[in-house]
Amino acid sequence: MIELHFDVDGNDFTLAGECSSKVKKMLTQIGIAPAVIRKTAIAMYEGEINMVIHANGGKIDVMVEPEKITVILKDTGPGIKDIKKAMEEGFSTATNQVRELGFGAGMGLPNMEKYSDEMEIDTVLGEGTTVKMVFYCN
Amino acid sequence: MAENYWHSVILEKDFCKGCTTCLKHCPTQAIRIQNGKAKILKEHCIDCGECIRVCPYHAKKAVTDGFNILDNYKYKVALVPPSFCAQFSRTENIDLMLTALKYIGFDDVFEVARGAQRVSEETRKFVKEDEMPKPMISSACPAVVRLIAIRFPNLISNIVPFRSPMEISAVQARRDAVKKTGLRPEEIGIIFLSPCAAKATQIRNEVDSIEKCVDGVLSLKDTYLKMAQTINKINDSDIERLSISGSEGIMWALPGGEASASDTVRHISVDGIDNVIRIFEDIEDGKLDDIEYVEALSCIGGCVGGPLAAENCFVAESRLKRVCEGVKNTGAGIDNDVDVFWDKKIDYKPVMNLDDDVLVAMQKLMKIEEIYEDLPKIDCGSCGSPSCRALAEDIVRGYANETDCIFKLRERISDLVDKMTDLDKNHKMNSEE
Repeated sequence: MIELHFDVDGNDFTLAGECSSKVKKMLTQIGIAPAVIRKTAIAMYEGEINMVIHANGGKIDVMVEPEKITVILKDTGPGIKDIKKAMEEGFSTATNQVRELGFGAGMGLPNMEKYSDEMEIDTVLGEGTTVKMVFYCN
Repeated sequence: MAENYWHSVILEKDFCKGCTTCLKHCPTQAIRIQNGKAKILKEHCIDCGECIRVCPYHAKKAVTDGFNILDNYKYKVALVPPSFCAQFSRTENIDLMLTALKYIGFDDVFEVARGAQRVSEETRKFVKEDEMPKPMISSACPAVVRLIAIRFPNLISNIVPFRSPMEISAVQARRDAVKKTGLRPEEIGIIFLSPCAAKATQIRNEVDSIEKCVDGVLSLKDTYLKMAQTINKINDSDIERLSISGSEGIMWALPGGEASASDTVRHISVDGIDNVIRIFEDIEDGKLDDIEYVEALSCIGGCVGGPLAAENCFVAESRLKRVCEGVKNTGAGIDNDVDVFWDKKIDYKPVMNLDDDVLVAMQKLMKIEEIYEDLPKIDCGSCGSPSCRALAEDIVRGYANETDCIFKLRERISDLVDKMTDLDKNHKMNSEE
């Protein structure tokens, strides 16, 4: 198993996507199927963006095994008030400022769920959110 | 399995000084310096020609056919891309430039802008049918298509399945020539005047395709040189009316020309191979799902910026725009029964794989990380690999050694010196006792 760890900087939008890029390159070198890499990269990128716009950054752990890829995104942000609502396409609590930047379209969590094979959300208001996503390689 | 793929870009060893210029500029990290000379890793090379552009010693070259290829055919047609006319200061007179081609060995000319116009027409229909994953990516630049095949397998299905303007123009040119001369198709030579190495590569690799399109390639530079010697000898009265293409097709030689003719509202026109890679990364990550069409050109400045062009791309752009001012938007095209759709399938060439066995590949990746951690991370290139990370990969792949890194070598020497000093000290102490 390969374990990777990333710290996501909450202050810089332009850096979001760096972690998913690195993971994408590594998965390609291992020979994971392109379609699986794409799903992982998209979902992980959405997760990174979420961390930046809602939680001022956080930590990402990626575990790569031949049969599956596990991504755990952990932040100490405000937590998610209503998970059901947050999973609705188009729902977003992002500020106008964030929306002006082209983010906050309310597709973050829905896309993460759509592209991952399994997803678990663990959230406590005022303490933070942990999202675990699993992608199967076959 | 090794693929039988021919590359136009080559190294002329005698000129190479083993400097790291090409190494640092290669967008696909396809170059290493070994034993003081550059070496191209064939599977990684996309024939973009960046190394040709940057090599200070002109050791990188594109192999094209040379003028004696004309001797193989009874009737020779120059397939002229729109970038051609921008090479000459007397651009405003396209007919003069085209006529000059008849003085250097060609019997006729055919403008690729006509094929470009046809591809634009088909693209406009195609984008409306809406069956392909978005954004659609143009297939016109062969370096870009090859880049997708080796590095962006997820984008293969986004490539518009059209033959390039060059290819359909070649089909039409041969047809016209057969009609005009009564010769057999194989007696006619369709020779492309290329601004780039990637087209030369594409042409040579497609010799086996069902309908052979282009018979040979000459570089714009070589053609320019020959024409420069003849052009002043042509009398005004001898200039033939040969230019019949429209500005829509001509503008394909510049960034944005193709995209704006696609009739899409949300399109991207990206030029320069590094920029193309960045855009493709974004498409792959789903960041550009709202874009309909992407025109991606390997060279900065588009085709007029090709590594085999004679003129500076900015000057060429200005000239080409002037040409277009005097030309109608739509000109002569291509017969409707010339098929635009291609018959080839683009396969993913996984050149980045460390091993066929995932487990072994994972072990190798961990080893790479371990070695990389210990390298200086200044990407100086002195080891012969383009970056510290690439050196770590090369070591694990068995192509390089840790002491190829001059910092590692210095460390090792310093260790050895310490050990020898100790040994010497012990030896002296022993002999004094």
